Amino acid sequence: MSEMPDIAPIRVLIGKPGLDGHDRGAKIVARALRDAGMEVIYTGLHQTPEMIVSAALQEDVQAIGLSILSGAHLTLFERTKSLMDERGCGDIILFGGGIIPGDDAEALVAMGVDAVFTPGTPTGKIVEYVKAAVEERAENGAS
Amino acid sequence: MKIDQLARAVLEGEPRALARAISVVESGAEGASHLIDLLYPHSGGATTIGVTGAPGAGKSTLVDRLIEGLRAEEKSVAAVAIDPSSPFTGGALLGDRVRMMRHHADDGVFIRSMANRGRFGGLAPTTRSVVHLLDAAGFDVVIVETVGVGQAEVSVAGSTMSTVLVLVPGQGDAIQALKAGVMEVADIFVVNKADREGADRMVSAIESVLQLADPLPDRTPPVLRTCATRGDGIAPLLEALDGHRAWLRKAKRLQDFRIAAAEEELRDALGHHLTDRAIAALDEKEAWIERLASREVALPRLIRVAVRAIRDAPRP
Repeated sequence: MSEMPDIAPIRVLIGKPGLDGHDRGAKIVARALRDAGMEVIYTGLHQTPEMIVSAALQEDVQAIGLSILSGAHLTLFERTKSLMDERGCGDIILFGGGIIPGDDAEALVAMGVDAVFTPGTPTGKIVEYVKAAVEERAENGAS
Repeated sequence: MKIDQLARAVLEGEPRALARAISVVESGAEGASHLIDLLYPHSGGATTIGVTGAPGAGKSTLVDRLIEGLRAEEKSVAAVAIDPSSPFTGGALLGDRVRMMRHHADDGVFIRSMANRGRFGGLAPTTRSVVHLLDAAGFDVVIVETVGVGQAEVSVAGSTMSTVLVLVPGQGDAIQALKAGVMEVADIFVVNKADREGADRMVSAIESVLQLADPLPDRTPPVLRTCATRGDGIAPLLEALDGHRAWLRKAKRLQDFRIAAAEEELRDALGHHLTDRAIAALDEKEAWIERLASREVALPRLIRVAVRAIRDAPRP
């Protein structure tokens, strides 16, 4: 085993905001990202957007993924996005998944969520998305 | 990136700058050495505490309670929590923070997860540097939570002023407690989950072994009971930490610790730095490794070749 990878691993935060207690999806995605060589910070259940954004700031992640199955996705994503802008980290990629109707997915993208994945998405697709999005942002990014 | 500006923002206590600075140091990116050069002289003021123990012993929950107790004393606290990287993919699931989420709205608390990136010993390759950064940023206390350790991973003891070893009931008898390694480096023993059966036996097994040892001058490591999920036993633990710090401050012990820690840090970093350089400088590396595997060349000779390669390599 070589000690240090040639490039720094991508850091992603996977969070479960809100009240639903179903974290199987979040864990599957966290595991898939881990297996793709990323460092995944998992925050556990029942988090508020405040907790998630504050953790993302301290952990200096390149992407935040939220899993929401409670139906409160519009409110929770909106709150998360506005906190990110308020606290100067609107440049972090924000994606998510859960039981999200098509119209709502469009609304989320319109409010600035970078990608929405619905049930049945192969994990490989999410991994590829995160890699590509992080790479793209690094190329265009200020840092 | 403007490293000087980043260093200034870290010293001013800007949390986002601190988070970014840690990433720069952790990745070894361009600017990492310059950043450490700028910030290291400002470190040394913080109290450092190491929390170590087996996976699932309750280290993260205990750290969460320590943060709570230290905040009640109005001390600012930073915590670094380390989890293992995959030996196969390099990826990691960092889950220690789950137990510490409630401090999110408190500006006096900064928590950072680190993956060990394949390093043995319980710490990540850059944990010591990250502790210096947090120290320079002005935190009163910096807590390091190691990877879940076995018997012999003791790096934390040489890096933090006080080492707390977290054990749980049923984790072995007096023979286990007598063994060398991690049992020897604890300044304070904590038997966590002390509401479970077997806590008394665990405490007396450790105490009986401590009585066999030559006592340190006026100090025997205390054996405490906690139940971190309920917050029981935290006040005595904070008192024991204060007591250990007071003991360190006597008779130049703290100065001795700092010198030993500096030497250990140098040996560790230099060892890895030289290894990386030697491997990079070695001509036909794969061929040499194949010859080593096929017994055509033995290790001592290959080491001489590698060392010569560093010497002859053009200066970077």
